[in-house]
Amino acid sequence: MSDTNAQSVGFVRDKMLPESAPPTLERGVVKWIRENLFSSVLNSVLTLGSIYVIYWIVAHLYPWLANSVWSASSLNECREIRDATVGPGVPSACFAVITDRWEQLLFGFYPNDAYWRPVMALVAFLVAIAPVLFVSLPRKLLWFSAASPFVMFSLLWGGSIWGPITVAVGFGVGYAAFVLLGRVAGALVSVLGSIIAPVLFWMFLAGPIAGALTAVAPIGLPFVESRSFGGFTLSVIIGVSGIVLSMPLGILLALGRQSDLFIINKVSVAFIEVIRGVPLIVWLFTAQLILGYFLPPGTTFDLTLRVIIMVTLFSSAYIAEVVRGGLAALPKGQYEGADSLGLDYWQSMRLIILPQALKISIPGIVNTFIGLFKDTTLVVFIGLFDPIGLSNAIRASTDWNGIYWELFVFIGLLFFIFCYSMGRYSLFLERKLQRENR
Amino acid sequence: MSELAIDRDIDRSHMTVSDEVAIQIDQMNKWFGTFHVLRDINLTVYRGERIVICGPSGSGKSTLIRCINRLEEHQAGTIMVDGTELSSDLKNIDKIRSEVGMCFQHFNLFPHLTILENCTLAPIWVRKTPKKEAEETAMHFLEKVKIPEQANKYPGQLSGGQQQRVAIARSLCMKPRIMLFDEPTSALDPEMIKEVLDTMIELAEEGMTMLCVTHEMGFAQAVANRVIFMDQGQIVEQNEPKEFFNNPQSDRTKLFLSQILGH
Repeated sequence: MSDTNAQSVGFVRDKMLPESAPPTLERGVVKWIRENLFSSVLNSVLTLGSIYVIYWIVAHLYPWLANSVWSASSLNECREIRDATVGPGVPSACFAVITDRWEQLLFGFYPNDAYWRPVMALVAFLVAIAPVLFVSLPRKLLWFSAASPFVMFSLLWGGSIWGPITVAVGFGVGYAAFVLLGRVAGALVSVLGSIIAPVLFWMFLAGPIAGALTAVAPIGLPFVESRSFGGFTLSVIIGVSGIVLSMPLGILLALGRQSDLFIINKVSVAFIEVIRGVPLIVWLFTAQLILGYFLPPGTTFDLTLRVIIMVTLFSSAYIAEVVRGGLAALPKGQYEGADSLGLDYWQSMRLIILPQALKISIPGIVNTFIGLFKDTTLVVFIGLFDPIGLSNAIRASTDWNGIYWELFVFIGLLFFIFCYSMGRYSLFLERKLQRENR
Repeated sequence: MSELAIDRDIDRSHMTVSDEVAIQIDQMNKWFGTFHVLRDINLTVYRGERIVICGPSGSGKSTLIRCINRLEEHQAGTIMVDGTELSSDLKNIDKIRSEVGMCFQHFNLFPHLTILENCTLAPIWVRKTPKKEAEETAMHFLEKVKIPEQANKYPGQLSGGQQQRVAIARSLCMKPRIMLFDEPTSALDPEMIKEVLDTMIELAEEGMTMLCVTHEMGFAQAVANRVIFMDQGQIVEQNEPKEFFNNPQSDRTKLFLSQILGH
């Protein structure tokens, strides 16, 4: 060995070099700035331009925010305080309108002494949604999630608790019909039965039963009319109901659109295309004006409820298309793998196809939900007092006539918190699922 | 495609063919639109048979075995599986599918479930087996295909050969009476083909009724009791392997064999 080395190696290192730091220009902050901000002439120009634009925006916004007035009872008083402290003409925000009217912006015309009810409903909602969003929480909480719509309804609208309870019993009736008919008849019959039985129950039995029970045991909070609902509470009620209800409906529509059964397929396609092809505002006017004609005379059908139905239908059409994209992205082999094991249609959908299709669709679904939530502000046009509607009402008072930006900043911030949280959750879920089944 | 890739001794003690009919296909025809893919197929498979189906691509061999568990619908003729006729009756179809195992070229494992969950899913939901019992069965078959240590991984973390063995174990968990293999080794690297073939041979040694669409002629010679050659949607020739390979009768068979065994 040593012989061959001596002949073939022309260089032998006798001293090892110590480790040294990279040159100053190639390390730390300096390197990062050079590479990311000033790597070329164009890049440097863009960097300087952007810095100027940011400076310009901050320079205009900062004094407005820094000189803001937080306690005053009218816009005029705001101006007087500003003139006295920072001088006339200096830009100054008048956030006193928020401190003065924030309760109205959040709760609308809900009775003052009952503000705890929407707050508790929100808490109930957060507890109910937690086990759905985070799988690590105990599964028993899901029972509360199932009961939560009725709890929230009782809290928000009040009235006899027997109404919501009989409605809940209707779902139990549907389930019982499904199981019992499933034993004696085919799958189709039991599905139909599970739809027809609760509808019959609600139409003919629920009213008298609830009435009788109320007469015997009148339990419940004081009733609050839908007309009193408003502000951010109303936005959240419409948005959350729309989101929760449109998800299952959208999935069913997507499956219907994929179905081989001719009628189901065509009905789903027609529904999706018609709902999607018409602006939401038109559907809201429809809800306000026309829906009444289809209902039996004498029925008073709550406007808020009508709006929730319309918003649900509208976003379910979008969800259906998003989910359909996910379904189409799955390889045919997944359907065949499920079929070849003898799983029936609903089993293979629930266990194999939908978990994968929904995972693919998460960004689109959350995108639709964010859109839906912000679109709830359109209800202002049919006379409901959502935050935008209330901002008009606040401006109509002599105290706050002429105030715009402060209200919109506040309303925008509320919406941003909700929508940003949804976006972050979607990212969290995507990463989690990616990690799980790599 | 070597002539004889199987270098192990085959235990033939359980490879017995009974006279009980497992699959009976009569005058079966199938069209894709107007294209006549399967023409007048007549085939009787007895319990315990190991049948290899070969033929050029597009000859309808995959379609034939996919008709047996109705992944494809036939338009004329009858198919009886274990005495149940395949018709559009969904109950019959699900019953037959739960008794007939199938392995695919691309495995078709469920990527969102672990290996163990892949194996226990159908027993739990179709057979209503208790979860614990299903898991024990699954571990038994995963040990049989020699990958029990992968039980809690996801399919995406396994090699192709391992995935195909999981797919076989997944089918076996349903305790099928018939196994269908649709080109199980065609998507695999050469070194992984052997591990899958070994698993299939072990299955044959236990007396499983098997229908395999494959190009592994070594497997056919070692294990099959009957080789079926298909071309243009028809059964052109069938014979026991020795006769089939050494003394093919039809010109098409001779041409096919010379092409796949020639090099």
